[in-house]
Amino acid sequence: MAEKLDKVDVVVIGSGWAGGIASAELSKAGYKVVCLERGKERSTKDFIGSKDELRYTKRHELAQDLTKQTMTFRNNVGDDAIPMRKHNGYPIYDEGTGGTSVHWSGWSYRWLPFDFEIRTKIIEKYGEERIPKDMIVQDWGVTYDDMEPYYDKWEKTAGISGEVNPLGPPRSDAYPNPPMKESPAIRLFTEATEKLGYHPFRMPAATISQQYVNPDGETINACVFCAFCSMYGCDFAAKADPIVTVLKTAQKTGNFELRNNAHVKRILHDGKKATGVLYVDPLTLEEFEQPADLVVSAAFFSGNNRLMMLSGIGEPYNPETGKGVIGKSFTSHYTGIGGNSATAFFEEKKFNTFAGAGALGSVIDDFNGDHIDNTDTDFLHGFNISIFQDGAAAIANNRVPQGTPYWGKEFKEKSVHYAHRYLNIGGMQGTMPHTHNYMDLDPTYKDIYGDPLLRITAKFTDQERNMAKMIAEKCADIAEAMGADIVNTPPVADDAEMTSSSVNTHAAGGVIMGEDPETSAVNTYSQVWDMENVFVVGGSSFPHFGNSNPTETIGAFAYRAAEGMIDYLKGDGGLLVESKTRKETV
Amino acid sequence: MADEKGLKPGESKASQAPDTSRRRFMKNSGMIVGGVAGGSLLGGLLTNQFKSENSTPVKEEKKTAEPTQARMFFERYEDFVVLEQATERILPEGASGPGAIELGVPYFIDKQMAGIWGINGTDYRQGPFTVVDPPVDQSSLNRGQIMVTGLRKMNDESKKRFDVTFDKAEEDQQIEIMQDFESSKVKLRGVSSAGFFGLLRELTMEGAYSDPLYGGNRNMAGWKMQEFPGAVPSYADIIEKDEFVQRDPMSLTSYQQKS
Repeated sequence: MAEKLDKVDVVVIGSGWAGGIASAELSKAGYKVVCLERGKERSTKDFIGSKDELRYTKRHELAQDLTKQTMTFRNNVGDDAIPMRKHNGYPIYDEGTGGTSVHWSGWSYRWLPFDFEIRTKIIEKYGEERIPKDMIVQDWGVTYDDMEPYYDKWEKTAGISGEVNPLGPPRSDAYPNPPMKESPAIRLFTEATEKLGYHPFRMPAATISQQYVNPDGETINACVFCAFCSMYGCDFAAKADPIVTVLKTAQKTGNFELRNNAHVKRILHDGKKATGVLYVDPLTLEEFEQPADLVVSAAFFSGNNRLMMLSGIGEPYNPETGKGVIGKSFTSHYTGIGGNSATAFFEEKKFNTFAGAGALGSVIDDFNGDHIDNTDTDFLHGFNISIFQDGAAAIANNRVPQGTPYWGKEFKEKSVHYAHRYLNIGGMQGTMPHTHNYMDLDPTYKDIYGDPLLRITAKFTDQERNMAKMIAEKCADIAEAMGADIVNTPPVADDAEMTSSSVNTHAAGGVIMGEDPETSAVNTYSQVWDMENVFVVGGSSFPHFGNSNPTETIGAFAYRAAEGMIDYLKGDGGLLVESKTRKETV
Repeated sequence: MADEKGLKPGESKASQAPDTSRRRFMKNSGMIVGGVAGGSLLGGLLTNQFKSENSTPVKEEKKTAEPTQARMFFERYEDFVVLEQATERILPEGASGPGAIELGVPYFIDKQMAGIWGINGTDYRQGPFTVVDPPVDQSSLNRGQIMVTGLRKMNDESKKRFDVTFDKAEEDQQIEIMQDFESSKVKLRGVSSAGFFGLLRELTMEGAYSDPLYGGNRNMAGWKMQEFPGAVPSYADIIEKDEFVQRDPMSLTSYQQKS
C-alpha cells in the first residue's frame, strides 16, 4: 500500500530543462511545487575533475541506469522488438538532478516560422499532392511570432552566446552574450562558406563566452574551452544547465522541493482530472502517493509517452487506422543512415582540436526549412550544416581516410598522423513524421517494477536517405573550399535501415501539440486535451523535428506551458485553448 | 613476431615475448608448466632468467616493477597471450610509437573484464535474448565471457589451420584469422564473431588512449604518440592560436583534488 503524502499545488515529474523551468516559474508565482526526479542527487561538485573520456563518453556515466529500464525497438508492425540493452554512441537519456540537460553540448537554435506552420506552408508552395501519403505533416497551432518572447526568455535564462543568424527569423533582442572566441578551424569554415555564397554565423552557445548573471540572479561562468563538455557536467559551472539556473531559482523561493530517487509509475486520475502521482523509491522500493492540483510530466519524450500510456490518459495511436494520438509521430535526428557529413583531411595543417567547447562552432542556415526550395529536391524540409570543435579526445580520435583498414599497421600510422589534421563538417536534418513511426507499450519486456517498457516502431524512408545524401554533397563542397587534401563522405546505402542505435537523445513526438484533439494530444500550452490539469512538456510535444537541436525549443515551450499552468491555477479550470473540433463538456 | 628491441628488463618482457620466454624457461629448467608450477613460481623463475641473461642490475628492475600488471580476470595464461598478440596486431608498434602491449592494453582489458563493464553491470539484462548470432549487446553472454570465447576460438582456428597456437603463429597467419573473425566467417557460440572482434578492437583503442588510471596508456605514451594533452584545466589561452601547440600530457592523477 502506497503511503499517502500531504497534497501540494503542483507535482513536476523530471528535473531537466522542461521540469526545471516549470518548477522555477510556478514556485516563483507562489505555488508549492514538488519535483520528482528518478535519479540520484547531483550538483556541480560531481563534475569537478571529471575529465575522463572512458568513464563519461564511452561508458556514459551520466546516462540512465539501464539495469532498471530501457526502451525496445523494431522496424515494422509484426516484428518482435528487441530491448536497447546498452547506451550506444549517444546515450538513450540521462537521469539524476538536471536530467539529460546536464550532458548536453549547448547548441541553442530557434526553429523557423516554417516549422510551426509547416503544413500550410508546404501546401502553399508545392500543393497538397506533394505530401506523401505516409507522411504526417501538421501545423503546430502557434506561429513563430507567438513563440518569439519565450525563445527570448529562454536565451536570457541560459545566457546564450551568439551572433544573429543573417537568414533567421525576426528577434526582439540580441543574444545576451557575444559569440565565443573563434578558433582557426571555425575561421576556415566561415571563410569557405562565405566564398560559396552562404551566410555563416557563429553557433549560438550555452557554453558561455563571459561570466553572466541571468534575470533570475543565477551566475553562469565563462567557458575556458577545456573540451570535456558534451557528455560531461561542466567542471566550472560554465555551461547553462538546470542545476546552475532554474533549479537553483526554484530552491530560492522556499516553495520548492526536489525529491530525488522518485520514479513515477502512474499519473493518478478519476477519468476527468488527475489527483496526483504514484511513485516508487528505487532504493527502498517503498511506494508513495503524492496528491496535487496540477501534474506536470516533463520526463523526456520516452517517459512522457510511457506515463500517458501506463496511466490510461488519451487515446493510444493506432498505426493501421491512423486514429488516436498517444504515441503518434515518433521522430529523431536519426544516426546510422550514412551521409550527413564530410571529413576534411589536411596534409600541411595541424589544428588544436584537443581544445574546444560543446557549442564552439559556426553554422549555415541556407538549406534550413523553407530557405531551401523543395521543388526539385527528393525530400521535404531541409537541414543545417555546421563545424564544431568540441574537443577531440584520444580514444575516439582515430579518423583515417576511406580505404584505410580499420586496424593494423597502416591504420595505426595514419590514425596517429591525421589525429590533428582533419576537421568534420556535419549536417542535421529536419525529420518528418510518418504513419509507421510510433510508440506503444512492449508486450514482452518490463522494467524492474513490472511495468511494460516503451516500444518504438520506426524505419527510414527515402525522405531521410535522400536528404542525407544531399547533406554529404554540400558538406563535401565546403570541405573542398576549405582547402582539404582529402574529402570523404560516408556512403548512404539505398536500403540503409534504422536500428535501435539510430535513436538518440534527439528524439521526440508521441504527445504532440496541435489545434485539434483528434490529431494532437496537447494544446499549445502543453495542456492535455483529455485531462485539463495535466501538462506534458518537452520534446514529446513536437509534431515534427526541426533541423537543429531541440533544447531551446523545448525551453521556449516550457516557458509558454508554465504561463499556461499559472493561468490555469489562477482561473476556474478548463482548457486554455478552445478545441477546434469538439465542444467541451464542463 | 615481437622482437626484443628496446625492452626494459623485467618490465614487459614476459608479456611481449611470452612464448619465447616460456619455451626458454621450460628448456632450461626441464619443468613442465602446469598444475604444480604455479604462477608466482613461474614468474619468479622467469624474472631470474631475464636478470641473468641481460645482467640487469636488481635496482633498476625494482624501479620498473608494476604490481598492477597481473591478471585479475583471465584465468588461463594461454588465453592472455592470445589477447596480447591480438591487441598488438590491432595497434602494432611502429614508426608512430609503441604498440598495444607496451601501452598496457592487455592488462587494461583484463581489468575491464573483471569489473562492471565485463559483467554488463549497467546494461538491461532481462530476457528473452532472441537475436540469432547476436551482436555483443544482444548476447546472453556477458563481455567477459565473450572475450574468453572469442580468444579461445582464435587459438583453435590457429591450431586447426597452422598447427600452432595463435601466439606462436606468424603475423600474417594471425591477421588472416582476425580478418575472418571481423567478417563473420568464423562461427562462435552465443555471439557473432564480428561482434566479438568489434569489442576487442574497441577495448584495444580504449586501453591505448584512456586515462592511465585504468591501467592502459602506460606512462601516457598513447597520449604522447597522439599529441593529446589529457586533462588540462583551460585552453582559453590557445583556442585562437594558429600554430599547433604541443604540451606534456597531464592525467587525472595530477588533475584531481587529493588529500
